[in-house]
Amino acid sequence: MKSLFALALLLSVALPAAALAQDLGAPIGEDGAVEKTTTDASAAQAEEGISFTVTDESAWSDIGIAIPAFATDRERATPANEAGTGALGREIARVITANLRNNGLFKPVGPDSLPQPAFAEITAPAFSTWSGRSAEMLVHGYVRARDDGRLVVGCYLYDVALQNELVREGWVVGPADWRRAAHKCSDLIFSRLTGESPFFDSRIAYIAETGPKDRRVKRLAVMDSDGANHRFLTLGSATALTPRYSPDYSKILYLSYVDGNPRIYVYDIGTGKQTLVTENRNPTLAPRWSPDGKSILYSMAVAGNTEIYRVPSTGGQSVKLTNSPGIDVGGSYSPDGKKIVFESDRSGSQQCYVMDADGSNQKRISFFGGRCATPEWSPRGDQIAFTRIAGDFNVAVMNTAGGNMRVLTRGWQDEAPTWAPNGRIIQFFRTEKNTGRSGIWQVDLTGQNERRLPTPVDASDPAWGPIRP
Amino acid sequence: MNTKLATIALLASATALAACAKKAPETLPPPPQERTTVVQTTPQPQPTGPMVGTQAHFAAAVGSSTTIYFDTDRYNVDSQDAAALQAQAQYFARYPQITFTIEGHADERGTREYNIALGEKRANAAKNFLVSLGVDPGRIAVVSYGKERPVALGSDEASWAQNRRAASVIIN
Repeated sequence: MKSLFALALLLSVALPAAALAQDLGAPIGEDGAVEKTTTDASAAQAEEGISFTVTDESAWSDIGIAIPAFATDRERATPANEAGTGALGREIARVITANLRNNGLFKPVGPDSLPQPAFAEITAPAFSTWSGRSAEMLVHGYVRARDDGRLVVGCYLYDVALQNELVREGWVVGPADWRRAAHKCSDLIFSRLTGESPFFDSRIAYIAETGPKDRRVKRLAVMDSDGANHRFLTLGSATALTPRYSPDYSKILYLSYVDGNPRIYVYDIGTGKQTLVTENRNPTLAPRWSPDGKSILYSMAVAGNTEIYRVPSTGGQSVKLTNSPGIDVGGSYSPDGKKIVFESDRSGSQQCYVMDADGSNQKRISFFGGRCATPEWSPRGDQIAFTRIAGDFNVAVMNTAGGNMRVLTRGWQDEAPTWAPNGRIIQFFRTEKNTGRSGIWQVDLTGQNERRLPTPVDASDPAWGPIRP
Repeated sequence: MNTKLATIALLASATALAACAKKAPETLPPPPQERTTVVQTTPQPQPTGPMVGTQAHFAAAVGSSTTIYFDTDRYNVDSQDAAALQAQAQYFARYPQITFTIEGHADERGTREYNIALGEKRANAAKNFLVSLGVDPGRIAVVSYGKERPVALGSDEASWAQNRRAASVIIN
């Protein structure tokens, strides 16, 4: 009997290692930087002394922007678009238009209802054409296929009334990355007109959900910020939850039941391999990266009690940061890495607390009635988004001392906010009453422009990554 | 008589082998058929009821006491739970060879990560109570599913009450 039990123990220890890679799909390969280039459509230098900075949201949300098809110097078929670089230029203008429109930014008019500028006009716009269309701003651009197979995409922003170039930039991308050039151009326009940091060229990790409520299949998935380039990373035989992109997009932390227990894995996107965040028999959950990617926060239940730990992302000794009889879980670093906001029910219900990064000075900050869960520190540092539970579940924000609480959404169950890289937009997931169906939604910091993100199947647990290089 | 014993021993080892080949099921396995076809063809008087070591046998012995239920956000064992766990402890004392898993669950009206931590507390509360009644802790595995595996599918108080549970499951 003893030996049988020992054998069973041996088997149960050996099994997790064998089962490790069981639920993984094909790797998607490393994420790279986009190469910047000087715009080479030649001509007009931007004039000195032009300044156009709008800080009041109500003012810039009404700016009309014309985004006609990007031109090409020479029509060439590429793997990005068989119909040629001209057709690709139209697609790029469509992506930029959709980006701005879907996020409630400006009043964009896209290439399908605008005349097509010639290549020479890209650096010398026919301003009279555009001023007659009540366009205050004009986006021009071009696509050029290089002999090495890569694409050069130039992007120009003009002030129509002043007849002046405001900003220009160019990028060299592989054909498979053509959408990134469109996102870079969207970011250039957005940043120049609002004075805010960019966010379009970023990716989102999330959980794709299918199946009935009592047998939900939950798979790890990733997509671009606009829902394009969607990929499933796990196969669905094991429940996957709560992913987090590393700051350099090389890894994803997530929870998987692949060995039968909830455990956090570090999935390497380049190699498609994964490892346990910590070699331990206890269940681990709620993984989070530090802003510099050097540390990982995780929560671990020991004999039923969950506390928050920190471990170097390269492996090594874990440090226990909390120690209370209640549930301490999650954690989100301030952008400078000095503080951590986390959730604890040590007071009797879920509330939000802030501590120093070494675990000292733990202080409750939420005192507004209801519960405070899943706090996430804004990349700008001044706000904390969280799930407010007061009857229904809603996404709310507060300052870092717990003041100025504002509820941004009104769903039946909205939870798990994640910030856009520039801290202007918050994504979360909304679950329907009774059916249990879920989708990813987003709302901006003012509570405006709420919309559902298109995903191939139901979706939850969004985690927005940083701006890509 | 000897051949029957041998058949049962063979059957048992075959079942054990089959169980080893599969990875640990994430949900409660379906109750096995009353009798296997091999047993049905034997002319001897058939034993009634499910075999020892199955969830069906456990459920037949303790009834609804396989599962205990909790109040919202709570994980304490109340008097009703204590009675159920006593029934479980008696069963496990009678069959000391059986090992089992306690699955902790939460209702959907909680955030995902907190619910996993809460399920851990509930499953461990049930485990600790059984241990206090003399069950060897080495026989008890614990897993939390948070809100991921509801048994009642409505979004109402009655459904949520059924989902806030710790279920003892025999995996052989």
